[in-house]
Amino acid sequence: MDALEIARWQFGITTVYHFLMVPLTLGLGLTVAVLQTVWYRTGNEQWLRMTKFWGKLFLINFIMGVATGIVQEFQFGMAWSEYSRYVGDVFGAPLAMEALLAFFVESTFLGLWIFGWKKLPKLAHLATIWAAALASLLSAYFILVANSWMQHPVGAEIIDGKAVMTDAWAVFTNNTALITFPHTLFGAFAVAGGFLLGISWFHLYRRRKEGIDSVDSQGRVVVGQDLSKGKSRDKTDYHVWIKSLRIGAVVAMVSFLGVALTGHEQAKLMFEQQPMKMASAEAACHDGTGFSVLTLGDITSPGSTNCADIVATFELPGLLSFLANGDFTTEVKGVNTLIPEYQEKYGKYYPEDPNFGPYAGQEINYLPVMEVTYWGFRLMITLGGLSALTAALALWLTRKGTVPQSKWLSRLALLSIAAPFGANSAGWIFTEMGRQPFTVAPNPQMGGIDQVFMYTAASVSPTVSAGEMLFSLITLTLVYGVLLVVELVLLTRYIRGGVGSAMPELNAASDKDDADGPAHDKNDDGDVLAFAY
Amino acid sequence: MDWLPALWFILIAVLWCGYLFLEGFDLGVGMLIGLGRNSEKRKRVLLNTIGPVWDGNEVWLLTAGGATFAAFPHWYASLFSALYIPLTLVLVALIFRAVSIEYRGKAKTERSRKLWDAALGYGSLVAAFGVGAMLALTTLGLPLNENGDRVGGPFAWLTWYAVLGGVAVVAFCWIHALAFVRLKTDGPVRERAGRLFTRWLPLAVLPLVAWVLMVLLDNDSAVAWALLAAAALALVVSIVTARAGREGVSFIALGVMLAAGVAAIFTAAFPVVLPSTLDPAFDLTIYTASSSAYTLKLMSIVAAFGVPLVLAYQSWSYWVFRKRVKEEHIPEAHHPEPIVK
Repeated sequence: MDALEIARWQFGITTVYHFLMVPLTLGLGLTVAVLQTVWYRTGNEQWLRMTKFWGKLFLINFIMGVATGIVQEFQFGMAWSEYSRYVGDVFGAPLAMEALLAFFVESTFLGLWIFGWKKLPKLAHLATIWAAALASLLSAYFILVANSWMQHPVGAEIIDGKAVMTDAWAVFTNNTALITFPHTLFGAFAVAGGFLLGISWFHLYRRRKEGIDSVDSQGRVVVGQDLSKGKSRDKTDYHVWIKSLRIGAVVAMVSFLGVALTGHEQAKLMFEQQPMKMASAEAACHDGTGFSVLTLGDITSPGSTNCADIVATFELPGLLSFLANGDFTTEVKGVNTLIPEYQEKYGKYYPEDPNFGPYAGQEINYLPVMEVTYWGFRLMITLGGLSALTAALALWLTRKGTVPQSKWLSRLALLSIAAPFGANSAGWIFTEMGRQPFTVAPNPQMGGIDQVFMYTAASVSPTVSAGEMLFSLITLTLVYGVLLVVELVLLTRYIRGGVGSAMPELNAASDKDDADGPAHDKNDDGDVLAFAY
Repeated sequence: MDWLPALWFILIAVLWCGYLFLEGFDLGVGMLIGLGRNSEKRKRVLLNTIGPVWDGNEVWLLTAGGATFAAFPHWYASLFSALYIPLTLVLVALIFRAVSIEYRGKAKTERSRKLWDAALGYGSLVAAFGVGAMLALTTLGLPLNENGDRVGGPFAWLTWYAVLGGVAVVAFCWIHALAFVRLKTDGPVRERAGRLFTRWLPLAVLPLVAWVLMVLLDNDSAVAWALLAAAALALVVSIVTARAGREGVSFIALGVMLAAGVAAIFTAAFPVVLPSTLDPAFDLTIYTASSSAYTLKLMSIVAAFGVPLVLAYQSWSYWVFRKRVKEEHIPEAHHPEPIVK
């Protein structure tokens, strides 16, 4: 492997990994803010418990997102210096704004939220979690503006061989960004919804299995309690889980609807902006109107434009046209039509330029790895649909107040937490791999800036050696692997502990009744740490 | 709009100052916990002095990096790619540091807590050293070709002034953390920090002074010498007030020394942001490395709005957590009991 390939693997691994934490942070942060708001307005302890429990899991996950986020910013300069030089004038701005306007708010106010339970007035404390949650959404907007500019550059021109920003408004209201933003957020809420659903199901199942809750002859829940180890399994505990479960299921279903609608708009844009990406997502060699449900044969044929390897295609006629244009008759260009078009417009060979390293003068392969784009696209949709189905099923199964006594259903609920994560990863892998061989794809639309583009082969740092890249790839992958195990172990431990793991005072077996508000010692001089490392 | 690159040069100096001042004591506290010998309770006192604020402080690094990317892409690309190996290590160090702050308290066994402590200590040490080395190299130079790319292999950056910068920042973080802990705690932790701070302060800032002098001897500038004099004066104030037990004043004075020292370095280096040791013609300056006037103007508007806001709410957060942390405030460690298997 040469330095370019290693740098690409590293960017892929670190980004997909980082984006396991990010959607959970986005979705769960807002969820916790809403839960705490309900507690603030109703004073009902079940909402406090939900805030504390989901807040704890949110924090365990948040820190991993922070830690792996720094890598994302640094590696543009480290491994992709030519890219940074070429696009820094445009691409650097949203990155700097993300740090200055979003990350500062997020981290400072989260610190205030964690440590401020007793130090801040209740309303001010509630405001801190809202500030942190909203700032995380703002950070998503900025980074998606940056990414969307790579998919669809606008508001810039080439001056002295560098992309230069000429219209900030165009960059920050890029139609690609405006549709990717809600698509990504709905994807994040789907993650949070599945997370709430799966974990709550598990706890309700355990309550039933241990005989705490039962059902009457009509199948309606009879809520019981077990106070042998404090209050962590009382009746309020039941409400924590059933409410979390049903909220999670509704959030997951609504999110899927949102993801589907925004995804459709996104696909229509993509047919115009990056026709090759959509053609390769379809393994569509020839022009046509049909959507491939299943394509058999060797669809990869790397580096070739030979579609003869495709044995059979099962198509839904008209659907591809609907995706692309909203009707059933538009002919969508296939790979075989597009490749000569790209070659004519952008050249058949990489320029004889030292920045292209070993790729200088080689033939350009405009076809992304079809196996990845084709299956990535389908995996995204399938996993997203599965999680929505699970949510609908869960809502129906719990309509009488609790979960069925089935070990397998409980396992399935836990397993289904993974589906929206998988859908998010598959979607990102599809859209980033589908952009190849460009880091900045050309903008071929009417009036678009067709000549502002950059090849991946010319983006990598010229004098960083393959050995250095390999060193960082191995190091980061190992570190990330270890930390994934650590995070999963910790999450599991706190999930098994139930609400008591976030509110230890619940586990203290005592008959003192201090039900509203976090239990604490009574000398309320504001001097005691409400939360301590 | 010739002054825009100069303005951004100043802003980036301010961001690095903010980073070294704020995360300086975070990194130092991390070293004290992970590498010092303290009881578990005292370690937790130390950790709680930075608990609510450390994450916000670390964003100064991200902002300094992001601002350099936006305002001086050429500088960002050349510096970061030249320091590929050391920055990889800094990233790993920062990852372990962040995660161990959050997770050490959740460790169930003595052994795993010790591992987290080591991650925190060495993570802080390596991060401080790496940032110091990077800043020293950007002021004193790297072997760069005409495109700004490093020549001479993966370790071309490894010079004795990189080591000097690393040592300078590590020593500063350590002494700065002692001043901070002295200000933020009470009881034995405060007394011990005060004793160490007073005794070691003059020695701990020596490598920093050596670095400033090297930059100044390379680039003669009257303003820079004046700033160095101001830094020296602030140091004297810090030493004197430390001995008199004026913790707040001596902490602030040390901060002023840092700010004046960093300002002296950047003033002397101006307008070069990254010298090439191969040929002065390859030096990156604020004019050759900067973004377009349009982008700089946009970023200036954002910064004019954003920076005061950040300073305001970060100050508020320090105000909210202004109380000293004492050992008796630290609750018993709590570990979740599985209510279900």
